[in-house]
Amino acid sequence: MTSPTVLEAPLDTRGSARRSFLLVFSCTLIGALAQMLIKAGAGQLHAHVTLINVLHDPTLVFRFGLGIASNVKLLFGYCLYGVNTGLMALALKGRELSRLYPIIALTYVWVTLLSLVVLSEHMNFFRAIGIAFIVGGVSILGLKQVARGAE
Amino acid sequence: MRTPLSSILFILTSSFIGSFGAVFLKLGAEHIKGSLGSFLRNYWLAVGVCLYLLSSVFFVMGVSQGELTILYPMVSLGYIWTILWARLFFKEPFTMSKIAGLVMIIFGVALINFGNA
Repeated sequence: MTSPTVLEAPLDTRGSARRSFLLVFSCTLIGALAQMLIKAGAGQLHAHVTLINVLHDPTLVFRFGLGIASNVKLLFGYCLYGVNTGLMALALKGRELSRLYPIIALTYVWVTLLSLVVLSEHMNFFRAIGIAFIVGGVSILGLKQVARGAE
Repeated sequence: MRTPLSSILFILTSSFIGSFGAVFLKLGAEHIKGSLGSFLRNYWLAVGVCLYLLSSVFFVMGVSQGELTILYPMVSLGYIWTILWARLFFKEPFTMSKIAGLVMIIFGVALINFGNA
């Protein structure tokens, strides 16, 4: 399947690009909210497992999954992710996967801000610069290079 | 409170599994025909959702201890895998911007872990 450049694309394709953008932008807000619920719910589980534990006993994944399924905050967080997944599937239809990711970089900003305000986590120089690098890195991943001849 | 290494390893595992979820969602999205029936019988989407669920269990294991400001940005390491799978399965080319982006992400995650104290 060939993907025409934005300039060559017919109007309905440009409209669907705008719709994809709005869908994914909504997903960043919903995703950040879901993340707060998941962090809050995960803290209530009191099940201290390590990756070594899981490798020794893979059934821990299912038992932990049951713990998740019986926690209201986690379930609500998962529901929001379910909504997100549906919206993302719509947004990804007929698009290159990596080109919609730059918008998702906003999620790192929302989650960091909410972590500081809601969870009272602390910020330091390295974390702030690190997150800026990640947001910058994710943002340029989807940059379209100047076309060189036929795509 | 220092974020434990165990949590960091869980998030790394989660992002690896989740990157396959993205691949299956993409495959499924190409087969969406509009009707709800075809959506529910779309096995690519079903596998993608299952992989995301599995990935999420590891994620919850990870964030049950430690700070979200350290752990959440590490999800971005999943892009390393996703870009590799996009190249392998969807023939999406490596570009300079992707390579530069990946380098920035890895540097950013390294900085955040340096700030884990």
